[in-house]
Amino acid sequence: MASWRRCLFVAAMMMVVVASADESNSWLSRSGHFRVSYESDLQPIVINRMHSWVLIVADGDGVPVTGATLSIAGGMPAHDHGLPTSPQVTRELGPGRYLLEGLRFHMNGEWQIEIAIEAGELRDVAVIPLQL
Amino acid sequence: MRRMRQLLLLLLIGTAGYFGWMYRPVSPHPWSEADLDTLRSLWFESLPAPPEDLSNAVADDGRAALMGNRLFFDTRMSANGEVSCASCHDPDLEFTDGRHKGRGIGESKRNTRSVVASAYSPWLYWDGRRDSLWSQALSPLEDPNEHGSNRMHIVRFVTTEPTYKSMYAALFGPAPDFADSNRYPSAAAPGNNEELARAWRQMSQQDRQSVNRVFANIGKAIAAYERTLLPERSRFDDYVRAVIDDDRQRQQAVFSNDEVLGLQLFIGAARCTECHNGPLLTNDEFHNTAVLAFPGDLPDRGRIDGVREVIENEFNCLGEYSDDPQHRCPELTFVRTDPELVGAIRTPSLRNLARTGPFMHKGQIDSLAGVLEHYNRAPDAMIGHNEAKPLGLSRPQLRRLEAFLETLAAPSSR
Repeated sequence: MASWRRCLFVAAMMMVVVASADESNSWLSRSGHFRVSYESDLQPIVINRMHSWVLIVADGDGVPVTGATLSIAGGMPAHDHGLPTSPQVTRELGPGRYLLEGLRFHMNGEWQIEIAIEAGELRDVAVIPLQL
Repeated sequence: MRRMRQLLLLLLIGTAGYFGWMYRPVSPHPWSEADLDTLRSLWFESLPAPPEDLSNAVADDGRAALMGNRLFFDTRMSANGEVSCASCHDPDLEFTDGRHKGRGIGESKRNTRSVVASAYSPWLYWDGRRDSLWSQALSPLEDPNEHGSNRMHIVRFVTTEPTYKSMYAALFGPAPDFADSNRYPSAAAPGNNEELARAWRQMSQQDRQSVNRVFANIGKAIAAYERTLLPERSRFDDYVRAVIDDDRQRQQAVFSNDEVLGLQLFIGAARCTECHNGPLLTNDEFHNTAVLAFPGDLPDRGRIDGVREVIENEFNCLGEYSDDPQHRCPELTFVRTDPELVGAIRTPSLRNLARTGPFMHKGQIDSLAGVLEHYNRAPDAMIGHNEAKPLGLSRPQLRRLEAFLETLAAPSSR
């Protein structure tokens, strides 16, 4: 009985860990319509290197959002300047997976990537913080 | 009288105390793990080989570098037969000229940048108005204040002068014959010179393209030579090695206390590495730091004009003279064009800095101390807004920072 309980406890703990890891690697848009995460082809992300991300966009239920229009802004709030390039989503690689090209960061410090998402009737902005 | 003397004495003691405190000996704090990471990122040993230039098929061809080397020092391409690339990019002055602004046939618009390590930069010129070494190399040839020449004259010269003719053919195949003066006038080029532009317009499109093709190839040979101009290790790099090796004795032998303190300011309170980062100590980006206009000049609009020019330039990475059939040009494809770029100027490398004055994009500031003073004050910009904030560093701190910058001196290999 005790071992059964221990197993349940460990499983529950694992679920909590997985869930929180998921939370910390994805960001809810401001009005809560979308959840966004990303995969970078440059690992770890370092300054002064041009690279791409895959943006993964899902709705509130975790269902991939297809056919969305995504536009990118952002910068360094502490320095009052924008991104050094004009990154763009160039295509949808698969359901809810968008290729974002033309990213390069030119300073170490705190960055914010703002992703304006338009899908059907819904419009929202997700902000991804990035510490370099 | 006695009271006066007491007051004076008090003043004297106060002043002595103040300066004693200001110039007190300071010991550098030990390097933290984060500092070590920063030092390693600035280190010469972290510098990779120059990135390949897909738009230039002969970029790393030794024969092209040889041809480019000859062209670089050849005055015969200029209008008056006296100007070569080396007139402003003097190897004895780290490929700069020691002047406020460049001087060829007339005076250039801006200060001459060094060619050393230029192969690493995605953008050329202070305003980034070219996106490859080869397209940059073509520009001074037709600038009325520099070589003052025209592409028709240049391609005819290079394809008829015996040595260049054979070098060209070996690299690019036989050049077209430009002898027919009905098709190819003695002088022609697009641009602001009406006489040259008219002659250029009168040529057939096909003939203009074949002139452009040879002209671009001449630039590609010059670029192949320029790619070989690489920086060398500096005393700073020796110091970083000693820090990484935890060799205290060597650290003290290589750097004085003031230089260590200057380096600590450089990566810390002086915030220099926000822009002067990576092993070349530049992020190759464009920033408005409110440097005053050159006396008599309007404020420099910088990148906002440079970006428009590079997008329109026929020799850019996306143009028909690039050697990459796939036109892989991420920098130009995703280039930013917004108004934040008004007055923004490209960050220069700080390697060998002390030998490349006068400083800033128009040589506005003669000394390193003057440059540091400028960043310490961070005045308002004449146009756009100054990204830098006042630093509030003391005189001794500025002196230490300057002492550190001097340690970046190193001759380039050539």
